[in-house]
Amino acid sequence: MSEKNIYLEMNNIKKSFGDLQVLKDISLKVHEGEVLSIIGPSGSGKSTLLRIATMLETMDSGSIKYMDEEACTSKNGEMHYAKPHELREIKKNFGLVFQSFNLFPHRTVIHNLTDAPIHVQKRNKDEVLSEAKALLLKMGLSDKEDYYPSQLSGGQQQRVAIARALALKPKVLFFDEPTSALDPELTGEVLKVIKALAEEKMTMVIVTHEMSFAKNISDRIIFMDKGVIAVEGTPDDVFNSNNSRMNEFLGKLSHE
Amino acid sequence: MNFVTMLEQISSGMLKTILIFFLTLLFSLPLGWIIAFGRMSKNKILSGITGFFISVLRGTPLMLQLVVVFYGPYFLFKWSITNWRFPAIIVGFSINYAAYFAEIYRSGISAIPVGQYEAAHILGYTKIQTFFKIILPQVVRIILPAVTNEVITLVKDTSLAFTLSYMEMFTITKQIASAQTTFMPFAIAGLFYYIFNLLISFIMRRLEKRLNYY
Repeated sequence: MSEKNIYLEMNNIKKSFGDLQVLKDISLKVHEGEVLSIIGPSGSGKSTLLRIATMLETMDSGSIKYMDEEACTSKNGEMHYAKPHELREIKKNFGLVFQSFNLFPHRTVIHNLTDAPIHVQKRNKDEVLSEAKALLLKMGLSDKEDYYPSQLSGGQQQRVAIARALALKPKVLFFDEPTSALDPELTGEVLKVIKALAEEKMTMVIVTHEMSFAKNISDRIIFMDKGVIAVEGTPDDVFNSNNSRMNEFLGKLSHE
Repeated sequence: MNFVTMLEQISSGMLKTILIFFLTLLFSLPLGWIIAFGRMSKNKILSGITGFFISVLRGTPLMLQLVVVFYGPYFLFKWSITNWRFPAIIVGFSINYAAYFAEIYRSGISAIPVGQYEAAHILGYTKIQTFFKIILPQVVRIILPAVTNEVITLVKDTSLAFTLSYMEMFTITKQIASAQTTFMPFAIAGLFYYIFNLLISFIMRRLEKRLNYY
């Protein structure tokens, strides 16, 4: 894995909300074509880590690099960000799929996909449209082009959200508990889509509670607990680890 | 005075009433956004001042505000502005209605889930694009019923211009009624306000239906 390009590098990330230290010195790397899952109990900091990686949340100290370009770093206790236009370029490297989909309710499915590529990336309209149609076909939603999000099931909405993120051609795609808002029946159709992306060697970072899915799909898994990476390694390493917190966590899950 | 003359005189007032109505909307609808942004500003001083301004405008009678705008420049600064009566009415109405619209806009904006901003941010939209393409279209749909309420109230409130003896419909109606000792002008005026508002309700309902596409 190490000979491959490093797409994302986070170093010594620290974050507190008031007195509560949510992330205690977290470092991680994501390589080209890699699927990294982040698991752990609620409140372990995994979602915060993802929100910091996608710059929806600020951090107290640490650094983030995408494609070897520094987005932000702390020097002498102060955060330094790249210049706005540089940051804008850096942010093009990643997309994010939210737990609650966050589709734009007032735009049709096809517009949800095409608006940002056309108006943000200023790409050719016809080209964007035909790519968007191809993405919808891949998601099994070709017949839903002109529907509004409210007319779709949760699973369909999440697949549209994945297609919307892909339409911008990100290098890294983040998922923040993509199936937590779905009932078990709809979870499967979303996981299937993510699995297909993994098979195409899409670089992905997935925060999830779906253990068997994570085990099945990931190249590497990080188990977080109380703001630190408690266990890290291949799915086999992690699920067979002797870490007491990991075993406790898996034990609880299997009793559910 | 025969009925036709009466109707003619009242009609000339109707035009002025309609003028107050449209000019007030023209200025207060956009001004409301400026006040709403001031109120929502992260700058505590700005949002504090705007909040106070809104509370005064909503907490005192419009009639009083009209008098203050009209006589204020003279009593406070000894300015005598020629032909100030009509502009004073428009200024008074616009500021008052802008305060109400500002609160309506603010409630509409706060009803938009934070996830919409985050999604727009991740997709690379600028703040201005996010507001105009993502937030505003959703806000308009949310606030339309509340705006309709205010617009209907404005139709009736135009009659408050009689406080400054401006010859809009209600002022004329009162004059004719007392000069001719007849109740007829009030009936005509009442009918006019009612029909005007029926028309507005109809238009706004159409608009609401149109915006109900999702």
